[in-house]
Amino acid sequence: MSLLALDDIHGGYGGADILSGVSLTVAAGEIVVIVGPNGAGKSTAMKAVFGLITIRRGTVWFAGENLTRLRTDQIVRRGICYVPQVDNVFPSLTVEENLEMGAYVRNDDASPQLARVYELFPRLFERRSQAAGTLSGGERQMVAIGRALMLEPRLLLLDEPTAGLAPRFIDQIFETVRGINRALGLSILMVEQNARKALGFADRGYVLVLGRNRFEDTGPGLLANREIADMFLGG
Amino acid sequence: MAIELVQLLIYGIVLGSILALGAIGVSLVFGILRFAHFAHGDLMTLGAFFAFSFYVGLALPMPVAFVFACAATALTAVVIDALVYRRLRRTSPVILLISSFGMALILRSLVQLIWGPSNQVYDPGIQFPYLIWGLRIKPDQVTIIVGALVLVTGLHLFLQRTRIGKAMRAMADNIDLARIVGIDTERVVIWTWLIAGAMAAAAGIFLAIDTRLHPIMGWRLLLPVFAAAIVGGIGRPYGAIAGGLVIGIAQEFSTLVLSPSYKTAVAFGLMVVVLIVRPTGLFGGRR
Ligand SMILES: Nc1ncnc2c1ncn2[C@@H]1O[C@H](COP(=O)(O)OP(=O)(O)O)[C@@H](O)[C@H]1O
Ligand SMILES: [Mg+2]
Repeated sequence: MSLLALDDIHGGYGGADILSGVSLTVAAGEIVVIVGPNGAGKSTAMKAVFGLITIRRGTVWFAGENLTRLRTDQIVRRGICYVPQVDNVFPSLTVEENLEMGAYVRNDDASPQLARVYELFPRLFERRSQAAGTLSGGERQMVAIGRALMLEPRLLLLDEPTAGLAPRFIDQIFETVRGINRALGLSILMVEQNARKALGFADRGYVLVLGRNRFEDTGPGLLANREIADMFLGG
Repeated sequence: MAIELVQLLIYGIVLGSILALGAIGVSLVFGILRFAHFAHGDLMTLGAFFAFSFYVGLALPMPVAFVFACAATALTAVVIDALVYRRLRRTSPVILLISSFGMALILRSLVQLIWGPSNQVYDPGIQFPYLIWGLRIKPDQVTIIVGALVLVTGLHLFLQRTRIGKAMRAMADNIDLARIVGIDTERVVIWTWLIAGAMAAAAGIFLAIDTRLHPIMGWRLLLPVFAAAIVGGIGRPYGAIAGGLVIGIAQEFSTLVLSPSYKTAVAFGLMVVVLIVRPTGLFGGRR
């Protein structure tokens, strides 16, 4: 059984539907990638999981539970973390305070997890008392991912974690994502612009066009598809 | 002459302390709820009159009356939010602003109805100032400065050390992200009103100690309080403290060259200059 399932989601931001029939699943331990042209509704699909859009029709299932009508903080408590595409750190809070905010809904002592996040990103430990707004783009992305890991979630949603980063950071983020997936058995659903690279390392992928599923297959399967190659992968 | 300047500086710090306490609330409310709270001056008035009832009416000691008045005003602010602002939060900030203007009128009328329209004082009689190196300092002024320092230090510890204080700063930074990490934003809103209300009451009580009680005392101070919040960078409580001092000191120094009736204009002028030179305020607030 899948950990996360979006079942025929229709909805948007109050006006016309942005999503008109999106369905996808993520199994436990899987890395699933969503690709598609700009404005296809990839970010909106992620927000649908998190209760941040109006869902008019369809259901979001997580571990057998219906999340569709839950508040965002209730969804977080179920063990899902979301790293948005933009504005994903608190700029005036220090790096450490940003990480603490990731553990906001935890009732236990989060300091062992903080130590683990610093182990994963030694750079963040060096910068722990610096305001997150003063960091470089790559470092911010580490703060955002580190913050999500503070909850020790079962599912991580990453929206274009490598957008706008220098190539060496892009590889580092991909490595990190694969690392946490392997080490923690954490399921990952991510949107990625670097479609070729992302599909190369994902277990499965979805191509979203105009708010609808267009293709779905294993990562290599999608990479081998001529039509997709012509559309996004630069021929 | 030097003595004269130091004397004015002291008056400026007293006024600045009062403005800072008011501006902290305005800035917090703006940072969390994104609207200019026009009823803040009248919340100050209400706090001052609550203290009057506890101190003069019930003959409680002043420190006790002070704490009770801050608590009563904080609760009033939470109730006003629950009854009025909360329902309008999904509409535009302009509607919230106008409703807070209406709330200002309601509060002022209530104060007049309950406590009457005339001037009152906590303690009749004249206080004799200490004379230190030719400076005149009244015990009340010492109380105000020390009281403001204690409150500001308390606020600082709250914002830096407590879970809810950090959540408040996080929410002021980015409300969507605050929701995404699972912060219960309605709870933060309640805390914001509690603090803004208590600080407003403190400002009102200190103002009444420094001058006297009157139903429009807080309304009259609203413009300098907003100027302080804006000069400090709206949405930034630490900026509000600095902004309060800057405005308070500038207002007192302006009396060297201008008639005291221009004090409010000085606050306004300074605000406009800061907005032109540095639109985000001295401490980089929100647009
Ligand atoms: N907050 C919003 N309010 C209204 N419309 C939005 C909002 N965010 C995105 N949209 C619209 O939804 C559509 C899909 O956007 P998005 O999901 O961000 O696309 P993608 O992430 O695939 O590039 C776009 O047409 C965009 O204009
Ligand atoms: Mg997007």
